[in-house]
Amino acid sequence: MARAVYFVTRRRGASGSGRGWHWTDVFTWVWLIGGLFIMFAPAAWLTLSSFKTPAALSEFPPTLLPYVTETVKIAGNDKPLPLYDVTLPDGKMARLVELRRVGTIAQMVDPAAPETIIKVNIKDRKPVQKLHFETSNYTEPFVHFDFLRYLWNSVFVTVTATLITLLVNSMAAFALSKYQFRGQNAVLIVIVGTLMVPLAVIMVPLYSVVSSLGLLDTLWGVILPTVATPTGVFLLRQYMLTIPDELIDAARMDKASEWQIYWRIVLPLSAPALAVLAIFSVVWRWNDFLWPLIVLSRSSLYTLQVGLNVYSGQLNVQWHFILAMTVVTMIPVVLVFVFLQRFIARGIATSGLK
Amino acid sequence: MKANGLLSASQSALMAVVGRLMGIIDVPLRYLQRKTGQTGMAAFFLAPNMAIFTVFVLVPFVINFVYSLTGGSAIFLSERSFVGAEQYSEIFACGNYLDPNSCKQDVFWIAAGNTAAFVVLQVSLMIVAALITALILNREIIGRGFWRAVFFFPVLLSPVVTGLIWRWIFQRQGVLNGVMQGLGLEPHDWLTERNSAFFASIGVSIWAHVGFYTLILLAGLQAIPKDLYEAAQMDGTSRQRVFWRITLPLLMPNLIVVLVLALIKAVQIFDEAFVLTHGGPGTSTMYLVQYIYETGFASELRNPGLAAAASILMGAVLVVLTLVQMAASRRNEKKGAR
Repeated sequence: MARAVYFVTRRRGASGSGRGWHWTDVFTWVWLIGGLFIMFAPAAWLTLSSFKTPAALSEFPPTLLPYVTETVKIAGNDKPLPLYDVTLPDGKMARLVELRRVGTIAQMVDPAAPETIIKVNIKDRKPVQKLHFETSNYTEPFVHFDFLRYLWNSVFVTVTATLITLLVNSMAAFALSKYQFRGQNAVLIVIVGTLMVPLAVIMVPLYSVVSSLGLLDTLWGVILPTVATPTGVFLLRQYMLTIPDELIDAARMDKASEWQIYWRIVLPLSAPALAVLAIFSVVWRWNDFLWPLIVLSRSSLYTLQVGLNVYSGQLNVQWHFILAMTVVTMIPVVLVFVFLQRFIARGIATSGLK
Repeated sequence: MKANGLLSASQSALMAVVGRLMGIIDVPLRYLQRKTGQTGMAAFFLAPNMAIFTVFVLVPFVINFVYSLTGGSAIFLSERSFVGAEQYSEIFACGNYLDPNSCKQDVFWIAAGNTAAFVVLQVSLMIVAALITALILNREIIGRGFWRAVFFFPVLLSPVVTGLIWRWIFQRQGVLNGVMQGLGLEPHDWLTERNSAFFASIGVSIWAHVGFYTLILLAGLQAIPKDLYEAAQMDGTSRQRVFWRITLPLLMPNLIVVLVLALIKAVQIFDEAFVLTHGGPGTSTMYLVQYIYETGFASELRNPGLAAAASILMGAVLVVLTLVQMAASRRNEKKGAR
């Protein structure tokens, strides 16, 4: 144990040199441990809460883990009845079942001898609880609400938009990196310039454009305006510039068509950059909210994000369903985080894109 | 193992189909290439992206100005009447320019004021937090990759998920009030009281974005040459002096980039704040983008012209910020060249 503590607390170059802990070392670990808690605890709390029953959710103060009160079936009652640990007037403990409650007095019976009713003040009892994961929070919204539909819409939008993005962005990047033509710089300037035109600035006229194309209230109306990403073109172009032109010249000697050069040479060689763009695009499109909210008004077309917003905005929020569906919405992003976080971090650090 | 084999089998089958498809596409494209010549194919490769781009970004950008000069509630431009600068004068019709409530479009000015306050507080607090985190992650700590990932986690979450997570925590019977009661403090209605709802929206958006800016600053810190620090150590320079004289000046270019990026993003605050509070209570967390959205689409008396005018005013602020960024980065380049 002492060795473990030494291992964790030792600092490079500090051992033997007589330098102890500087205040910045303490601050570092306080900040890191605090950060660990603040960054992960909210999502963990959401996930734990999503397994609670509505009764457990309305409890205050809330319990950490999802508990339910244990119940027992008693002859003569249709429903299972809740079980309590009761302190009897003589100081003994007993495990009793509640038949009914009048004010602060509960009528309770021993499950072994259900004939004799014992009157107990509700202050003298505590419910018997057991750990229980309410999985119907997850299945019910899929069966009885449209969430399976929303999930499918989200998947469709994300996959389709990402595939189109990869295709059209890589074609444009190929043209901008491997050809010299008049107006090339103008095209580049226009593309980089539109990085400064966020959705919020053009959403009113964009709505009218999408509406006059007949794309209002369709998933294509969500997909198409997002696919020609300037970031994607820029990222791929920078990468394709590093592919040697000799390769392309050699292919031309062998009578390869331009399309074959793009498809068989440049695209496979750009795989790392395409992978980064694919990851970004999946996260962007999965998380999109404002534009789908504007375009989609038919509820059968909602994406998960829009559906969650609508259901959580109702007067009587059914939190047990909302929490579970929020977890479902979070899952793909958590998977990306666990497996691909390194690539994204590198992509951001080198290009400053998000 | 078996599943793997199946996967790769179906994968190679898919690749074969795609390869065949591309072969078929190649036939008409070879014909096209004979017509246009080698360089002419550049236009073909550019066409799909530029077409989508033109229709969904450039055209809306241009007609936004026309929109802001028309009135009525119709969507199509042809059905809208020309009103000149009326929408703009509507926005600027104020009894007293220091009091948003005296304006005809008081909600616009309230939203603008909220956004300004939000931008100043969120950006300054977030940059300090990102700088501290980046400095700490740049130290020789055990498991640096893990700690970097920790602060990055919320960046990937969708704003709707972020908003709902924190709404669940801040609600009246939520865990925050539970902890406060446990500590003997008075529970508080976080999201239905004006000030706490405003600060909650700031805190949540810092939580969601601080990891992104930390990464950029960390990349900048790691680009500072190590020998500078070694030289300082040999001279026995104090830690504070090293920070103020070496780290901070050399990090300045990255800090400016982060500052302007954060400003541009903060002006456009919408998603997570909207899900967290829906702009309430009252209008205390109503920000500009929500105003534009509601004026243009959501309210009963929708007025797309007014929304367009408001979005152009916001766009002007963003353009100014971007120009500042470009000027700053050019100055940095000049410094670097010297």
